[in-house]
Amino acid sequence: MSNVIEQAENIILKPVGLSINDIDQVMGSMLSKPIDQADIYFQSSRSESWMLEDGIVKEGNYNIEQGVGLRAISGEKTGFAYSEELALPNLLDAAKSVKAIASRGESGVLRPTSRQTVPSLYAAIDPLSTLSDEDKVSFLKSIDKQTRQIDSRIEQVIVSLVGVYEVILVATNEGQLSSDIRPLVRMNVSVIVEENGRREQGSSGGGGRQGYEFFMQDDRAMDYAREAVRLATVSLEAVAAPAGTMTVVLGPGWPGILLHEAIGHGLEGDFNRKGSSAFSGRIGEKVASPLCTVVDDGTLVDRRGSLSIDDEGVQTQCTTLIENGVLKGYMQDKMNARLMGQTPTGNGRRESYAHLPMPRMTNTYMLAGKSDPGEVISSVKNGLYAVNFSGGQVDITSGKFVFSASEAYLIENGKVTKPVKGATLIGNGPDVLTKVTMVGNDLELDSGVGTCGKEGQSVPVGVGQPTLKIDGMTVGGTHA
Amino acid sequence: MPNTKSSVQSMECETDRLKNIAADILSEAKKQGADQVETAVSIGNGLSVNARMAEVETIEHHRDQGVGVTVYKGKRKGSASSTDFDTGSIKEMVSAACAIAQHAEEDPFSGLPEQHQLATHFPELSLNHPWGISTEQAIEMAVNCENAARSFDKCITNSEGAGIQTFEGTRVMANSLGFNHGYPASRHSMSCSVIGEKDGNMQRDYWYTSARNSLDLDTPVEVGEKAASRTVSRLGARSISTRKCPVMFAAEVAGGFVGHFISAIRGGNLYRKSSFLLDSLNQQVFPTFINIHEQPHLLQGIGSTAYDSEGVATVPRHIVDGGVVQGYVLSSYSARKLGMQSTANAGGVHNLTVESGDYNFQQMLQKMNTGLLVTELIGQGVNTLTGDYSRGAAGYWVENGHIQYPVEEVTIAGNLKDMFQSIVAVGNDVDLRGNTRTGSILIEEMTLAGQ
Repeated sequence: MSNVIEQAENIILKPVGLSINDIDQVMGSMLSKPIDQADIYFQSSRSESWMLEDGIVKEGNYNIEQGVGLRAISGEKTGFAYSEELALPNLLDAAKSVKAIASRGESGVLRPTSRQTVPSLYAAIDPLSTLSDEDKVSFLKSIDKQTRQIDSRIEQVIVSLVGVYEVILVATNEGQLSSDIRPLVRMNVSVIVEENGRREQGSSGGGGRQGYEFFMQDDRAMDYAREAVRLATVSLEAVAAPAGTMTVVLGPGWPGILLHEAIGHGLEGDFNRKGSSAFSGRIGEKVASPLCTVVDDGTLVDRRGSLSIDDEGVQTQCTTLIENGVLKGYMQDKMNARLMGQTPTGNGRRESYAHLPMPRMTNTYMLAGKSDPGEVISSVKNGLYAVNFSGGQVDITSGKFVFSASEAYLIENGKVTKPVKGATLIGNGPDVLTKVTMVGNDLELDSGVGTCGKEGQSVPVGVGQPTLKIDGMTVGGTHA
Repeated sequence: MPNTKSSVQSMECETDRLKNIAADILSEAKKQGADQVETAVSIGNGLSVNARMAEVETIEHHRDQGVGVTVYKGKRKGSASSTDFDTGSIKEMVSAACAIAQHAEEDPFSGLPEQHQLATHFPELSLNHPWGISTEQAIEMAVNCENAARSFDKCITNSEGAGIQTFEGTRVMANSLGFNHGYPASRHSMSCSVIGEKDGNMQRDYWYTSARNSLDLDTPVEVGEKAASRTVSRLGARSISTRKCPVMFAAEVAGGFVGHFISAIRGGNLYRKSSFLLDSLNQQVFPTFINIHEQPHLLQGIGSTAYDSEGVATVPRHIVDGGVVQGYVLSSYSARKLGMQSTANAGGVHNLTVESGDYNFQQMLQKMNTGLLVTELIGQGVNTLTGDYSRGAAGYWVENGHIQYPVEEVTIAGNLKDMFQSIVAVGNDVDLRGNTRTGSILIEEMTLAGQ
């Protein structure tokens, strides 16, 4: 297989007749003003989705997206324009509008473009073509059929399959041209069960930077289905959730949303440069219990939140955010790193060519501790054991965050007892981790389902954690 | 930047150009063997600027275009979309949709809307009012807005900036039943978000104004001062103890609360039986004083349109009358699944209005007497299947009808079915900015969880 950059040039530049010289010309136009940083971001993507409901594959959707975004930065000022037309005149037009951001002064320095290659963390495949359309349909049907056999209380099964084949090519003012070919697949099974007039739902799924065969390996698709049915049937028994402050034990894996919301966003470079985060100016301070070490790692092979290079062409890395309770570092894109006198960490991401890059998370997780998960639970007299969540949100300035439990149980006298209805948990980011008193030895990453939204832009992310005991979180049930 | 008049003309011309593209797509799909086809083509231009700490921070030039097609081969459906209008790309898009339709399975309920429901009259809704503002003018306005916020109070120590956004675009919808129509529309807004600090704790709040016509926007000073006063009033917020108490949703968050009702009577949730309001037609879901109307033909309304995203003619109607549900929110597909007629809601509702009572904001607080006034909600925490509701909230503790102090880090929980039935009053402090127009809404009792 030819290298990634050659493939990307063949896919994006060749059909529209653009050359490296043209890129130099556009970059040169932007740098005719005093510009500190500039980039040209080409993107071409094909995506599809298939949906089964009522036992039939009802519809599918296929999406073609292509465009180029140009950005010029002068100090803290950014000019941005984009176009769906990749022809040279359109690029030069866009260059002209974005460089207007810079005031008068000396020109930037143009360096001739050279190709940069980094090792890829995933295969440069088109996942859409890893299965024929016939096979996609029959796969969904077979999952539906097998799911319905799991439990007689199942009323509705919805199965969806999504694939994305994204190719990006980014040229920077430093003369670097890099590319990435990013496959991404996602599958979801959701069910509605009914018993004695009570209806509940359950949903489970996964994915990664793979082809569709991922779902057929190790019986993964049916694992999602069994998990969805289990969640729905557990909910049939759920009683009202408690209301008030109590000890909370979080299960491993997906509950790592806690880290994403409570501390992750607050450690993104832009908020810290502007001083708008509750974590601003706190590097070197103790922000968590010494049991906690948290990282953001974009380098995990094949994972949903991973990237070989970020959207600014910077190779991703594993960044330590909190080490043994002490705040170590922020996640940075190029602009915020430059303005803060730090090094980019490979966290500059954008939803598409039509959006500006920002510091964003990749895979954010807490390292394993020493406690046996069973001992963590038995150490709690009365509290809540929360193992599945449907999402979360944070106000980075006040530090207040929520995440919504979709599967949780009461802990009574050190034992997990009754399931409770979904409830929102609320806490304060800068102090929630100081209340962590036990960390399990069972680190797990989520199954590849996370999507993070920031300022209207969505990007795929991962989270993970071991079992955690938090002494005192507010649980938003109805049973006061 | 073009002046207003030529801009209006150019969007009219663009509408005609898009109609031709739509017609080409219909014939290409027929050529490729589709029995029925529907397409939507849109373009838009926009400018957004943000100023922070009295300097311009970002200038973004938006130029979006998109095209989508849905084909039916018999009762098999496939769809595709693209950002590229080139003939080659359009062929690729149509053939992708046809390939999907080839492999999808027969769905007896699928297909275009009923011919007799398609819009044939197109009232002038006055939706296109290009601003014609230059980048420099927009920057100046944003700076003025942020200055008003930053100089409002010495507690305002930092800023996320103020922004001006302006957009004009046109969208054409066509199908093989002979419908091919489009119209230009504009949308403008100004927003401001500032940070205050007291005793080492920071709070942030924001405000915005938005309208079809820039003349209807609040002034930069009004927006800036409102954002700043909201931030300042949140300083010193604290959690409170767990209790049951009345909860009042301020107008700016009450629209979202009404949205949970709309979601529960949406066709997709009804036919999937994933709603707590199944079979709620003609049922008393709210107290008798609650009336909710849909007004799709409001002049300059943010949700105004003569037809929905399938071309079905919109009609003003009562969704709730005297607290009783009069109709669902249906597309032609979900309507067929339920054995009903489309309510012209493919793509959503159009200008929802909750009828106001006699109380203004202050009188609403007095009516509540003691309880929580909610001005911000965070997190999802709403289960449309069961109606269970639990969300993070921030706002103010109210006693004897007067605001006492700001509150944060609490949750409010209940079940939507009970919450709807126990609405005490709807204020006349209507928020006109969004697609849902409602005043503040007072709920008799919810569970508040805190310290």
